[in-house]
Amino acid sequence: MTAISARRTSSAAASRGGGVLPWLAVPALVAFAVFALIPLIGVLLLSFTSWDTLGEIQLTGFESWRQVLTDPGLPHALWVTFLIMLLSWAFQTPASILIGVFLAGRQRYRELLAVLYFIPLLLSSAAIAITFKALLDPNFGLGAGLGIDFLTQDWLGEPGLAFGVVIFVVSWQYIPFHSLLYQGGVRQIPRSLYEAAELDGAGRVRMFFSITLPQLKYTIITSSTLMLVGSLTFFDLIFVLTEGGPGDATRALALDMYKRGFQANLMGAACVIGVILVLVGLALAMLLRRIGGRDPYASQLEGA
Amino acid sequence: MESRTPSRRNFLTLSMGLPLGAALAACGTSGPAPSGGGSGGGAAGGSGGGGGKATYWFLQGPPGEAPRTASVDRFNKANPNGQIAITTIQNDAYKTKIKTAIGANQAPTIIWGWGGGGLRSYVQAGQVEDLTSWFGENAAVKDRLFPGAFGAATIDGKIYAMPCETVQPIVLFYNKKVFEKVGAQPPQSYGDILDLVKKFNDAGIAPFSLAGQSRWTNMMWLEFLFDRIGGPEVFQAVFDGEKDAWNNPASIEALTKMQELIKANAFIKGFSSVTADSNADQALLYTGKAAMMLHGSWSYGIQQEQGGDIVSSGGLGWMNFPGVDGGKGDPSNTVGNPGQYLSISSKATPEQKEIAKKFFATGVLDDQEQKDWVETGGVPIVKGSDKLFAGSKDAEFLNFIYGVASNAKVFAQSWDQALSPTAAEVLLDNIAKLFQLSISPQDFATNMNAVIGK
Repeated sequence: MTAISARRTSSAAASRGGGVLPWLAVPALVAFAVFALIPLIGVLLLSFTSWDTLGEIQLTGFESWRQVLTDPGLPHALWVTFLIMLLSWAFQTPASILIGVFLAGRQRYRELLAVLYFIPLLLSSAAIAITFKALLDPNFGLGAGLGIDFLTQDWLGEPGLAFGVVIFVVSWQYIPFHSLLYQGGVRQIPRSLYEAAELDGAGRVRMFFSITLPQLKYTIITSSTLMLVGSLTFFDLIFVLTEGGPGDATRALALDMYKRGFQANLMGAACVIGVILVLVGLALAMLLRRIGGRDPYASQLEGA
Repeated sequence: MESRTPSRRNFLTLSMGLPLGAALAACGTSGPAPSGGGSGGGAAGGSGGGGGKATYWFLQGPPGEAPRTASVDRFNKANPNGQIAITTIQNDAYKTKIKTAIGANQAPTIIWGWGGGGLRSYVQAGQVEDLTSWFGENAAVKDRLFPGAFGAATIDGKIYAMPCETVQPIVLFYNKKVFEKVGAQPPQSYGDILDLVKKFNDAGIAPFSLAGQSRWTNMMWLEFLFDRIGGPEVFQAVFDGEKDAWNNPASIEALTKMQELIKANAFIKGFSSVTADSNADQALLYTGKAAMMLHGSWSYGIQQEQGGDIVSSGGLGWMNFPGVDGGKGDPSNTVGNPGQYLSISSKATPEQKEIAKKFFATGVLDDQEQKDWVETGGVPIVKGSDKLFAGSKDAEFLNFIYGVASNAKVFAQSWDQALSPTAAEVLLDNIAKLFQLSISPQDFATNMNAVIGK
């Protein structure tokens, strides 16, 4: 066996590093096991129990699962999570691409704007939520302060409006990050492609749709994966902004989990939601990889 | 004073800092702890292995920390052989921490809390001592306190906690300057409230300020309407776990009246976006944008601190919620926080329990502690504590609160504290929907019936 693999030139390089390289992955693997796998197993085990965080943990089999799966709150929370995912993606992606392309230019003022745009990313979600909450206060907020009637709405009290506010604030926070990804992506596109297009008489819009967008394909996939999977775990911002309200209009899965576990003291049911959340996240990530093709790192630059 | 509000009410909100990761981690990692931790020691944090010291955890920060610490200091000085070690814990961390500690059999000897549903969950887990016979032997300790304070300490006929500290009923506040401007009189009955709603709306002033996003603020309205229409028995039946208790005709009538008020624009426009944490509801009252507000007695301190001269110029008025014509409830009844509560951990050693009982009998609410509480603007739950109000600049308000608390035929506990955490969460959710008019009174009753006794 060893003789055969040693003779192969390509695997020779791999086996030479084989002594050290796997060990380099150990710290990461240990961290992953301790902070991700073990808690996950704990959550899975707890989902088969009933526990009010005070008394004994009682093994109740599928009782918590039955309780959660028959609760009309679950499909609602799934639907809200899905809507938040979809709408925040639909809002963030075009905006991020446009801002990213704009910021990719080398002009001085654009560099300055890039720094300014980056600021929301540095703020904590709770701080952002509290600030927006104050700005949207119908009596003492922005609308009342500036005397603009349009801004004086029951922003967090009407289900539709509250949902829109959540999407907007989430996007406001994360668009800078995705713009940064696109900015980097655009700067990777070889100038020669644009020069050739210019010689052929293509205009700016044509160049954007025929060169920039296709060349950004993998950046779009990366950024979309981050957005979609990330939106499953939106918690702090929504919790501070609306607490899942009004009623249950913005109660996404992550909020539902927290409320069941730490406010209603139903730790078993909360862990069921936790497991569902993990499954949905995994399914989503796998689906996106499938859509994105088998090899996301293949070159797009042939012939450039 | 302002910080007292969240200290008791907004624990749900205050635990907001917990990120999702921590939620997941806690789900997994704190799971196995209780099974292994049952060594029966009970004395966590600072007992130092001596075993002779009782432990006591309570909330950090003004206004409560200073009076609490001072009373323990005096007790320790007087009892060199039976000391109490204190640990102060920040507001937002306390409720999670105490729950985890009790679940892991690591509770302090003296457990500070709010009584009601939370206490019931400790009792059901067998974590706190039954103090009924102790109070029987020490009748003097019991008799000097407001009798109304014992309701939330009593679970299924047995007393599991010593009431302490101050009483905080819910009061109808009003802005006298706005009333003068419109030429209106404070309401004497529910009918007057309906007339005032029309009058203030015509004058372009919101009749009532309400922080609807905080949900428990809405709940205070229901608490009074239920009591005034059907008497305290209506909610008592829910508390006692009677089947379909929310279907009581008085309950449906109160819920219907509630929605009628909302439809009549009794509350500030956009109230569902107003939050109590930011005191935006208080600001509506002292800026005169709203004429009246139903709120906890701690609101007085907030108005005083933030409301400019509204209190010092005598612009703030207050009264108990008026009666509903034809209703069964006594208009002297009130709701709110009948007190705070001290329980003894059943996992503590016998010596620790003795120290705690001695502290209850001689330390809690001694003369000096009562004076300290009055200075913070609170009314101690001790009969005759009104003698201490003389000379205070807030004497008028303190006397009013003392009167309400000591004259109330029934001092009901706030619903969200009285119910179990599970039922309280469903309650607050349904209240939010009721106030949005997205469910009918009957829907509300049906949804709530489903969690009775849970």
